[in-house]
Amino acid sequence: MSTLVQLKAIQKSFSGVAVLKGVDFSLESGEVHALAGGNGAGKSTLMKILMGVYTCDEGEILIDGERRQFSNSLEARRSGIGMVFQEFSLIPHLTVAQNIFLTNEFGGKFGSISDKEAEKQAHAIFESMGVEIDPRTEVAKLSTAYQQLTEIAKALAQNAKILILDEPTSSLAADETEALFALINRLKERGLGIIYISHRMDEIFTIAQRITVIRNGSKVIDSPISALSAVDVIEAIVGHKMEANLEWKKRETRKNPKVLLSAQKLSDGRKIKDLSFELREGEILGFAGLMGSGRTEVLNLIYGIDAIQSGEIRIEGNQVSLKSVQQAVGLGIALVPEDRRKFGLVLRHSAADNLTLPSLDKLRSSKILQRRKIEKFIVSMVEKFSIKAHSMKRDVVMLSGGNQQKVVIAKWFGTSPKIMMMDEPTAGVDIETKIEILDIIRNFADEGKGVIFISSELPELLAVCDRILVLRNGNISEELLRENIPNEKYLQMATQGGTYE
Amino acid sequence: MNNRVGSTVLEAVKNFQWRKNIIYVAFLLTIIFFSITLGHLGFNQPSNLLNIARQCSSIAVMAVMMTFVIATAEIDLSVGSVAGLSSVIAANALQHYGLVLGVLAGLATGLVIGLINGFLVAMLRVPSFLVTLGMLSLVEGGARWYTSSLPIAIDNSRFNTVFGGGQVGPIPDLLFWSLGATAIGAFVLNYTKFGRQVLATGGNLLAAKYTGVNTAKIKFTVLVFSGIAASLAGLLYAGRLESGRFQWGQGDALSVIAAVILGGTSLFGGRGSVVRSLFGAFFIGLVNNGLILAGLDVSQQEVVQGAIIVIAVILSRKD
Repeated sequence: MSTLVQLKAIQKSFSGVAVLKGVDFSLESGEVHALAGGNGAGKSTLMKILMGVYTCDEGEILIDGERRQFSNSLEARRSGIGMVFQEFSLIPHLTVAQNIFLTNEFGGKFGSISDKEAEKQAHAIFESMGVEIDPRTEVAKLSTAYQQLTEIAKALAQNAKILILDEPTSSLAADETEALFALINRLKERGLGIIYISHRMDEIFTIAQRITVIRNGSKVIDSPISALSAVDVIEAIVGHKMEANLEWKKRETRKNPKVLLSAQKLSDGRKIKDLSFELREGEILGFAGLMGSGRTEVLNLIYGIDAIQSGEIRIEGNQVSLKSVQQAVGLGIALVPEDRRKFGLVLRHSAADNLTLPSLDKLRSSKILQRRKIEKFIVSMVEKFSIKAHSMKRDVVMLSGGNQQKVVIAKWFGTSPKIMMMDEPTAGVDIETKIEILDIIRNFADEGKGVIFISSELPELLAVCDRILVLRNGNISEELLRENIPNEKYLQMATQGGTYE
Repeated sequence: MNNRVGSTVLEAVKNFQWRKNIIYVAFLLTIIFFSITLGHLGFNQPSNLLNIARQCSSIAVMAVMMTFVIATAEIDLSVGSVAGLSSVIAANALQHYGLVLGVLAGLATGLVIGLINGFLVAMLRVPSFLVTLGMLSLVEGGARWYTSSLPIAIDNSRFNTVFGGGQVGPIPDLLFWSLGATAIGAFVLNYTKFGRQVLATGGNLLAAKYTGVNTAKIKFTVLVFSGIAASLAGLLYAGRLESGRFQWGQGDALSVIAAVILGGTSLFGGRGSVVRSLFGAFFIGLVNNGLILAGLDVSQQEVVQGAIIVIAVILSRKD
């Protein structure tokens, strides 16, 4: 065994905030090394430094014992580091072979490029991987699992000795995951080193030999996996930093609450299968589950974005067939979407314009928008949600992440919905704003409205939810009342499919 | 004291939003430049300036709706050919059925083509660039075929006055058409729910959709009205030139788009100003008029206009 990668005392700050505070990491040949940590712990920053996407402020990178500093990811790839991204970097309308040898094409006659040779080589790579893919297939026609295998083949074609897999199973079915693990084991035997980033304990314990856990920009564990239990790892990931700030405040629950939303045996034909649940007045219902468990997909069904294949949705007892977002909004449903930059905001419009967009109907009289009403509305929203902006007339992109998120949240509360669905509403938000957002949610539910709250950060779920549904593989695996959850580790184990004693 | 005034001026210059207001600067500089260089040829005579206003009325009317179209991050290349077809259909109907039906027939032309464009783009999701490029050729060929390339004279003097040579005092009717269309367009874009939704659709399609904006309907509506505006522009050509002809409006899409982009509307959608598009149209009219007075021929004018468009697009990247 030889050491492929050594990262020594890596430090990195972004605009004065330390993200990595001197992290060590090493990878041996023939080893699967798991890398774990909560959201924002610094693991993706560390990998981006290894890949040459960022440069570190302090520290050393040694590849095969040689000191290196990559200035871009192409250099890293040429030095044998391959990364399979969560979102694939394949070009959909080229064939598998064309993708694998993109920018490394084989020469043919008269300066042309030879697809034939590429197909032959691709076939050889797939054979060595022990998978069957026709290199002439268009990538768009492959399933997610096969696209991922193509990504791995692409890395191997560039003679990768180090492979970084980032949450590789999040969109795979169980048998596909097994096939991937078989492949990882074969690659390991060939002497590759594999860095395996995952939140899933069962997978880490199945496939990895060693694990490094990062919390708050520091390494907290680097140990052979055999010396640890899943509980040890979870405790290392969780730490105790949040617990003091995010305490559960038990709220008064109503007697005989009406059912606001009921979903019966919902299926979307892809991820969600026969999923049923109810949301009542004054209730905060949490969805816990790992990435790819179907959390976001359920919300998309209720919000009229994706079509329901079977099952029914009732709003306050009336069956509805939701075909568009307008219809859902009209029924008093709101969604604070997962990615605010992509789905939540028109970044180049002012904060004021973003805030008023879903409420224009009540800000006009005889079809004409009323400046005075708009100004009053904005002032009340800024006050109620304590949005900190130099001016609401400036582009919303100029606000801090936390205040951008407050604009998205405020714009929906401004429509006075009955049902508020929030998908990771505290992602990329500082702790102070986080606590404010949680208070907003509590107050809203106290008014007798219903909230569905999704978060990967379990302490948040535990801080606000009355009831938590645990999602796994597109279905509800467990329903937990808040008072029956003793601590975060218990919930963490539930999302992993185990129990914590 | 002096220093304070100086720094205030400096501050104002620094804060001046160049990209947004460059059209006003360009407009003024062009007038000053041509007044100096072409003053002796009568450039700055009121009659010449009013004539420029008359000549750019069709471009200005089309630019109003093109502002909406581009603000939703779409494009309508068919406007010029729609104006041409509308002029011949209106001319024919005027001769047979009189004023009201003539005007309605002209406007119906743009309505029908707009409906087709809108349907293909919004419902079938074909890129507007391709849909309207095909429509450009289809409509222009159709107009030519329908008239066997011949002009159709219009002798309805009422029509020719209202849509062409009429004046209120010294002000030509055609200027009222451009100003009226601009006023309505500016009002709708700035003070109605529809206008806000147009900008949101172009600014971030997904975010607009997730906020409950019916983005398909917005794109559809905008393209339908772009067709209607183009046929109104065709009526203005027909009235001014007292005839319908397939050539009226030929190649106008380029001028209209240039006017809108010069006016600061983002080619990538999400931002737009109808008033500045009007000045964009006037600017192009001024340049054309100046070049004619300076003795350049049509081909040379085309070269200059092409250069202006390229420069406008380069500027529009920077916002």
